[in-house]
Amino acid sequence: MSPLKTAREIPIGGMIVEPGNSLNYHTGSWASKQPRLDIAKCTGCAFCMNYCPDDCIKSGQVDGQFRATGIKYEYCKGCGVCVAVCKFDALKME
Amino acid sequence: MSDTTKKAFTGADAASWAMKQINPDVVAAYPMTPQTAIVQNFARYVADGLVDTEYVTAESEHSVMSATIGAVAAGGRAMTATSSAGLALMAEMVGVASGLRLPMVMAVANRALSAPINIHGDHSDVYLVKDLGWIQVFSEDPQEVYENMIMAVRISEHPDIQLPVEVNQDGFITSHAVERVDVLEDATVQEFVGQKKLDKYLLDLEHPVTIGPLELQDYYFETQKQRNDAMFKAMEVIPQIEAEFSKITGKIYGWLEEYRMDDAEVAIVVMSSTAGTAKGVVDAMREQGKKVGLIKPRYIRPFPADALVASLKKVKRAAVMDRAISFGAEGGALFNELSSAMYQRDGQTHMQSILFGLGGRDITPADIEGIFQGLLDGDEQLIKYVGVRE
Repeated sequence: MSPLKTAREIPIGGMIVEPGNSLNYHTGSWASKQPRLDIAKCTGCAFCMNYCPDDCIKSGQVDGQFRATGIKYEYCKGCGVCVAVCKFDALKME
Repeated sequence: MSDTTKKAFTGADAASWAMKQINPDVVAAYPMTPQTAIVQNFARYVADGLVDTEYVTAESEHSVMSATIGAVAAGGRAMTATSSAGLALMAEMVGVASGLRLPMVMAVANRALSAPINIHGDHSDVYLVKDLGWIQVFSEDPQEVYENMIMAVRISEHPDIQLPVEVNQDGFITSHAVERVDVLEDATVQEFVGQKKLDKYLLDLEHPVTIGPLELQDYYFETQKQRNDAMFKAMEVIPQIEAEFSKITGKIYGWLEEYRMDDAEVAIVVMSSTAGTAKGVVDAMREQGKKVGLIKPRYIRPFPADALVASLKKVKRAAVMDRAISFGAEGGALFNELSSAMYQRDGQTHMQSILFGLGGRDITPADIEGIFQGLLDGDEQLIKYVGVRE
């Protein structure tokens, strides 16, 4: 993480002047627990991907099949909704 | 000096006429006695096609301030007006406007806060919001309302300030009393206020920005320090803008007005319309050989501590008059800030707090003479109510 800027260095009024800079804001540090993915149990139903409020479920092809492939832990706040909606026990909070 | 036309104007007329000549992009408003006359006049100017303004009739003052914030954030020049309960209802957004550093001008006809409900003039509404980051300027009469409104646009939009400005006048006493007002030509006002030029705003599609995001422990404090720094920057900029406007009107403005202070032994400090009443009392008592003077602060935010204390140090005793009670505090809010500033500057002026005029209670020349006489007689009472049946 870049060093924090001073009052003289930042735009006034909290304005954001670099579009998309929330990518630099690693909200994953907020989490007390985060989900663990067991790819072997994933059926690729995509419930977790659609429910995740922070778009933290990575997806791709595994042996030619669409699957969840991982978690973006730097942004996952640990809300657990992915675990709650997974019907196949492929996600667990740890 | 520029050409003027004489008008018979109330304070409300003066505020709305200034708004007409400024011709802002957006005015959002909700009627609230005694401000209603301001926005009613302005609505007529809109209906008559005398301004180019988009007029937003919002469903509450919270929405009024939200709409004004939106208009300024988008890049427009926006103004509004309110009073009392309306100011209280918009208070959350009042702090947002200054926190987001959005320049705007709001005319406020100062009126008592409920309860009990009361529509008349006192300063409890402005004192409620005085610490929310707005520049606060007070007007003695309709003429001063008119001039403060015009200067406020430039002060607010100055790139080193970018803070909203509240232009205060006493509800009914000033807002509904007709006096002669010399108004400038439209073109003179237009030339003075100029075009709004801010380098960042929402509708600048080439340079997209986000206004109003979250800031937590890491940056919120820095942003508040910036807002305070801007207030102190305003201490440098306001005199420059006033000097520029003086060239047009031929008048002198400043942080305060001194009236017969040169050899005064005692003084009253009071803002807004009561200063006008007090000037008459000063003249009458001077005729009797009593060395009394008046200090009329024009601004309380930023708080011109140096200028006020320098003026107060000329006298041995002073009474600071507050037209609102800070319940449970040791005297009025202006009294307390001035006392603190005096102490920090090793001032020896004996200070007394006067609480007066709540809910529009008359403050008569005899009342003010009584305060002066108390000062001359060495009255030691720290806090004194004037005009209340105790």
